Amino acid sequence: MQCQICHKNDATIHLTEIVDGARTEMHICEQCAVEQDIAVKSHIPINELLSNLLAVQPSEDELASPSERDLVCPNCGFTLAQFRKEGVLGCPRDYEVFEKTLLPLIEKAHDSKTAHCGKVPSKAPGDTKKQMELLSLRQQLDAAVQSEDYELAAKLRDKIKQSEQ
Amino acid sequence: MELTDISNDINEWFDGSGPLSDIVVSSRIRLARNLAGYKFLSRCSNNEKSEILDKLRDIMMSLDLGDKVFYVSVDKAPTLNKHFLVERHLISRHHAFGKGPRGVVIAQREFFTAMINEEDHLRIQVLKAGCQISQCARQINRIDDMIEKKVSFAFNPRYGYLTACPTNVGTGIRVSVMLHLPALKITGQIEKFFNAAKDMNLAVRGLFGEGTEAASDLYQLSNQTTLGVSEEQIVSRFEKTIIPEIVEYENAARSQLLRKQSDVLDDKISRAMALLQNAHLISSQEALFLLSHLRLGINMHRHMGASTPAIEKLHALCSADEPDKASPLSIATINRLFMLTLPAHLQLNYGKPLDSTHRDALRAQIIRSALNQQDPRKS
Repeated sequence: MQCQICHKNDATIHLTEIVDGARTEMHICEQCAVEQDIAVKSHIPINELLSNLLAVQPSEDELASPSERDLVCPNCGFTLAQFRKEGVLGCPRDYEVFEKTLLPLIEKAHDSKTAHCGKVPSKAPGDTKKQMELLSLRQQLDAAVQSEDYELAAKLRDKIKQSEQ
Repeated sequence: MELTDISNDINEWFDGSGPLSDIVVSSRIRLARNLAGYKFLSRCSNNEKSEILDKLRDIMMSLDLGDKVFYVSVDKAPTLNKHFLVERHLISRHHAFGKGPRGVVIAQREFFTAMINEEDHLRIQVLKAGCQISQCARQINRIDDMIEKKVSFAFNPRYGYLTACPTNVGTGIRVSVMLHLPALKITGQIEKFFNAAKDMNLAVRGLFGEGTEAASDLYQLSNQTTLGVSEEQIVSRFEKTIIPEIVEYENAARSQLLRKQSDVLDDKISRAMALLQNAHLISSQEALFLLSHLRLGINMHRHMGASTPAIEKLHALCSADEPDKASPLSIATINRLFMLTLPAHLQLNYGKPLDSTHRDALRAQIIRSALNQQDPRKS
């Protein structure tokens, strides 16, 4: 589809405007969009992203269980109210203590992912390390199956079997 | 070791060398780590922070990095030194102007720094010239292994390395590349880059300027997802998908300038030369803006064989850094001018604080003398 303004480039931006029930459509290229000042602003800095995520979290009154609202980390004395204010956690244990509230936030910040896949400290106990390897292999297997790379999938399946023994 | 030992020149990571360096100026990887058995910094008293600082500083200073390292106590440093470290990309603004006992360990060649007590207990970074992301990854992984032999980091099998902010949890890795994209800007297509970054879930930040529209046309592109993807996957995505795509956009815009808008290109380069060679007062923003166009001209000559009248004139200019050899103006010289004329660099090298008019005069003088070196072959 050609751009409706310059009639030269391909239209890559498609706008639909509805004013008083009347619907108008516009198909334009990026260059004309910039000239018309209707380019989509795109970049989101990480801190803004976080504060946006925090803002869409239910407020304290809306939290499902009052127990979560009043929860205090036994290790560092941290509360959810403080997290909302500061945007950082109080101690490593907070990830478990406030898991219910943090999980949806973590999911949003990390492209729907919720489990680590990557480096494991050499000092991690053996079973943890093995568990992580298995987790990583399974994720790779999932990706291989989705991209229909069955040769790789078969290899990964063998590796998983080996690891599990 | 004093900051003035490094402040009067640029280091390897900014000397314009390395793969794809006409567009990818430098590559950086940062890892966020916290000590197991300690609270995160927001809940630490100053005594606890000092304990963490001492412990990590000793470890960082004893690492075998193949280079001398030195330590700067950031909380006790004069404001000018803090600004210098931020300008130099050795610490974050957050670290410079944060609270409580904190510091940074810096390798003399600047390829490695370790911020202690920034947002996390430890943030190490490796910095290299050009597109060398996997090289950065290998080196930082080795350094991380060395550190892990001496301390245990907070780690949980489900969430990986635990960080103060959940946006860094998992690998704790932040891969960033510094990109020079002047042609996308001149041809009005910089939005294309912003949109591509957004689609790929990457963060963009303008460098050496205010806001995202960097006067220097230098942008930093970083990953945002740190959980559920491995370090290798993130690095390979940058090298195989992200960088080639952005480089292709910028190169297409450079070709377009050359083929269809060579008068626009020549105007930008000629104006930049005229102003930089003659101005007596120049602000940091203006200098960055004009130097960016010289950088574009030199790179188009070197990498695309471009030879418009203005590019030829620019190429004939000699670098004051190598007067004996009468070498053509190099990217290293332009980068040196970029860095050394930033406000804190100027003042640190001058030896005392200067008001903005004096800074503008000194900046103009440094640039004039670097660019007005006459070509001895012509005289």
